[in-house]
Amino acid sequence: MSRKSFRQAINEALRQEMRRDPRVILMGEDVAGGRGGTSGVKDAWGGVLGVTKGLLTEFGEDRVLDTPITEASYIGAAAGAAATGLRPVAELMFVDFVGCCLDQIMNQAAKFRYMFGGKARTPLVIRAMYGAGFNAAAQHSQALYPLFTHIPGLKVVVPSSPYEAKGLLIEAIRDDDPVIFLENKVMYDDEEDVPDEPYTIPFGEANLTREGDDVTIVAFGRMVNLANQAADRLEKDGISCTVIDPRTTSPLDTGTILDCVADTGRLVIVDESSPRCNLATDVAALVAEEAFDALKAPIRRVVPPHTPVPFATVLENLYMPSVEKIEAAVRSVAAYRVKEEA
Amino acid sequence: MSGTITPITMPKFGLAMTEGKLASWSLPVGKEVKAGDELADIETSKITNGYESPAAGILRRQVAPEGEMLPVGALIGILADADVSDSEIDAFIQHFNDNFSSGDAEDKNSDTTARRTVDVGDLKISVQESGNKETGTAVLLIHGFGGDVSNWMLTQSALASSHHVIAFDLPGHGESTKQVGDGTPAGFAKTVEDLIKALDLPAAHVVGHSLGGAIALELAKSSPDLVKSLTLIAPAGLGQDINMNFINGFIDADRRKTLEPVLQYLVHDKSLISRQMVEGIIRYKRLDGVVSGLKTIASASFPDGKQSVSLRSVLETFEKPIQILWGEQDEILSTKDADGLPAAISVTRFPETGHMPQLEQAAAVNTSISQFIE
Amino acid sequence: MQISRDILTRSYRAMRTIRDFEERLHVEFATGEIPGFVHLYCGEEASGVGVCAHLTDTDTIASTHRGHGHCIAKGVAVDGMMAEIYGRQTGVCRGKGGSMHIADLSLGMLGANGIVGGGPPLICGAALSHKLLKDNGVAVAFYGDGASNEGSTLESLNLATVWQLPAVFVVEDNGYGEATGASYACAGTQKDRAAGFGMPYFECDGTDFFAVYETAGEAISHARSGKGPAMLHVHLSRWYGHFEGDAMTYRAEGEVARERAEHDCLVNFRKHVTEISLLEGSALDDIDASVKSEIDAAVAAAKAAPLPEEADLMKDVYVSY
Repeated sequence: MSRKSFRQAINEALRQEMRRDPRVILMGEDVAGGRGGTSGVKDAWGGVLGVTKGLLTEFGEDRVLDTPITEASYIGAAAGAAATGLRPVAELMFVDFVGCCLDQIMNQAAKFRYMFGGKARTPLVIRAMYGAGFNAAAQHSQALYPLFTHIPGLKVVVPSSPYEAKGLLIEAIRDDDPVIFLENKVMYDDEEDVPDEPYTIPFGEANLTREGDDVTIVAFGRMVNLANQAADRLEKDGISCTVIDPRTTSPLDTGTILDCVADTGRLVIVDESSPRCNLATDVAALVAEEAFDALKAPIRRVVPPHTPVPFATVLENLYMPSVEKIEAAVRSVAAYRVKEEA
Repeated sequence: MSGTITPITMPKFGLAMTEGKLASWSLPVGKEVKAGDELADIETSKITNGYESPAAGILRRQVAPEGEMLPVGALIGILADADVSDSEIDAFIQHFNDNFSSGDAEDKNSDTTARRTVDVGDLKISVQESGNKETGTAVLLIHGFGGDVSNWMLTQSALASSHHVIAFDLPGHGESTKQVGDGTPAGFAKTVEDLIKALDLPAAHVVGHSLGGAIALELAKSSPDLVKSLTLIAPAGLGQDINMNFINGFIDADRRKTLEPVLQYLVHDKSLISRQMVEGIIRYKRLDGVVSGLKTIASASFPDGKQSVSLRSVLETFEKPIQILWGEQDEILSTKDADGLPAAISVTRFPETGHMPQLEQAAAVNTSISQFIE
Repeated sequence: MQISRDILTRSYRAMRTIRDFEERLHVEFATGEIPGFVHLYCGEEASGVGVCAHLTDTDTIASTHRGHGHCIAKGVAVDGMMAEIYGRQTGVCRGKGGSMHIADLSLGMLGANGIVGGGPPLICGAALSHKLLKDNGVAVAFYGDGASNEGSTLESLNLATVWQLPAVFVVEDNGYGEATGASYACAGTQKDRAAGFGMPYFECDGTDFFAVYETAGEAISHARSGKGPAMLHVHLSRWYGHFEGDAMTYRAEGEVARERAEHDCLVNFRKHVTEISLLEGSALDDIDASVKSEIDAAVAAAKAAPLPEEADLMKDVYVSY
């Protein structure tokens, strides 16, 4: 056990799985970097934010494959390789780039098994960064997990901490279905204790990071940390919250969400993806349909506005869900009382 | 100043503890206490434990509110006599907090405790060593099925004030290699023997809990020269029965909801099983090789729901001191397994105590061990 | 060029099977019993068969929406295919894929594909598997002149060259992408495109089995020998519309009739092998008869086969979920 950053936890998961299974390979734009450069330096970047640094040195150019900047071909190649015996981990760098290769994910990898009558296995992992808070503006900041969650055949992972990231990534690599693994780019330097040994965290099992009686907060990815902070502040004022980290948006642990709402009767959902047809609407619909009788207050969603992610810091801060916004939403549902009929 | 003021500070339960949460006060302000009375429940990352008053007096202040997380050594309350004025107490608190820095408590221990990895054959064994090596024969602590060094969190630090104390994670457990060999107590005893040699110890006072008790007995059988005395806490190996709901539940449960009731078999006071303890075991079980290792141990040591090995004969042949400590309400191994033993063996049964007396009756267990090995 | 009697026999049988399969679908589709839509490969048989004659089950192919011929050429079972096209539980994809998604990964058939340009990137991946798993396999992407303009295809030509993959890109150029002529939609030439990526280019008459067999052999040997990818440009004509029901108003009167009369790969094959006594006419007649009864049986079995059940709806979305 030692303290590791989110970045190190992901690097270690990749390294340990590549050691365990020679079929695991890495590909993506500058996952090593430096090939064809005039200096001859190898592993020049190790990923645009250094997440895959050092893997080239250990595993060589056959297994750590730099790609041209051609997302359609290499994401498709990853799908094809997965269907024919390898276990590729393809890095899409920024998830926003999915626009260049969605067909290969949505129409190919996701569909093989069903459309081929159960005869295909596509053990593919696509890693990508997501999220705002980096002044990266509209084409490099989106939280597109709802897009993937919408597509049957894909599994979607949104880890909330270094410990979670390592266990969920190893699970993703060992999984026989295509998995989209989304890393919040603001979290790479977050640190916590992470076991040195390989371990797996199963998909579809939510984690309760706080347990309380008054309000249930469902939060995704980095939003789990904000929800925890809000819950800790509210606790001091006597409002105790359960915070649910679903870990995976597909499969989604609907049972835990419904159980917790049944206990608290009040629900706030924190989702940094665009507000229409996102996970917050999905969870709200689930609870409205399955736990209507348990609700003591309207469901509140803490989500960004329906705009592209803005560039200027002041606008980006306005755009993002925050601890304060979560706190306010929880206070409002905690204070809500159903009007008695006259 | 007219009377004594005793600061109550966040205790350090176990070597890894750096902070704790004041889960609840056991007494209201104004209540008189004796030394040893329970003052508060403290929740750590491993366990919730009662904190006993270090002195007599009146609980004058609850400085820490319930639910607050504080570093070890931080002021949580004030004991004082009735004649101490409120303003004196205020001044004391002010002065204490001005001088408190959270690193202090940790620094005091860091020079005497070390966690390291020892190569034992192909295995890497995680060893936690504390106390002074010059104090004579070492005390070796062997945990049970599914446990790790943290099972000794209230034992090791207490014994370390006067002894060289070594706890370690068995193969397949904690931070040691997740290979359990054949999974029998005899197999583990061989590893313990090799560990003792690797640590260059001529012999040790061996303390074994549960399955660790059976391992200690196997060690006493195979290498009696290495064992200076035996303290067996709720040991396996003396009877046939074992609560397989615990063993199988521990192996199968992978969520807090299903694991928590299983872990509650371990203790008489069910509130001791904290959320963090459950989470810690879930995290341990997620490590590669753990569940298959536990299955191997269970099927080797408890095939068909019964203990496979009887080690009662060792109690008759082993020529050095043996004591047995057991909780009367043990729900995993029955204290009646300690009936009918040779008269020379001291058997202590603790009332209102489950399978882990070293946690539930820490002070009494520590006293029993230290008096026994003097 | 020497071709074994065994390969000749098998290739003729495959071409005849494709022809009869497709002609029969043309008839059956009109009855309304076949759900969805089908794209027929009639007229192009020699291409799929001539290429696949060089492949084993270890090798991989990816196909197109016009995939029946490639499936048969790669050895996918005809009765399973027919049942699939009829949407039956006994289909190769258990009635969940249909005409455009027939696949059998155990035979290295990575699927027909409903997306134009879907296959070439997948083939880069399959070729990467062959290279890294060192099984000496090659991966072949069949795609049309229409798909040759897709970004995914052009990216794949680049990637396959950059990674020096054992891949062959087979452009089946039948002159039309749906209802638009290649002369309009394809800028430049396929040859220049191959040259642009530094890839060897081969070209042949796709209605002549022997031409395809020989040229494909060179392209595949190049890829298999570890020298990187190759492009094979096959000139073809399709005898039916883009899909069944397409009246082909965009084609000149007599164009298809002329192709059928002059460039029927089966007729020309028979003429060639019997003239130089490679195979006897009677042997070919036997194959024709055998194939006819095989197709008859496949259609009868498909029509009689059970439909998928409600429980099948949720099956096989994931390996585990």
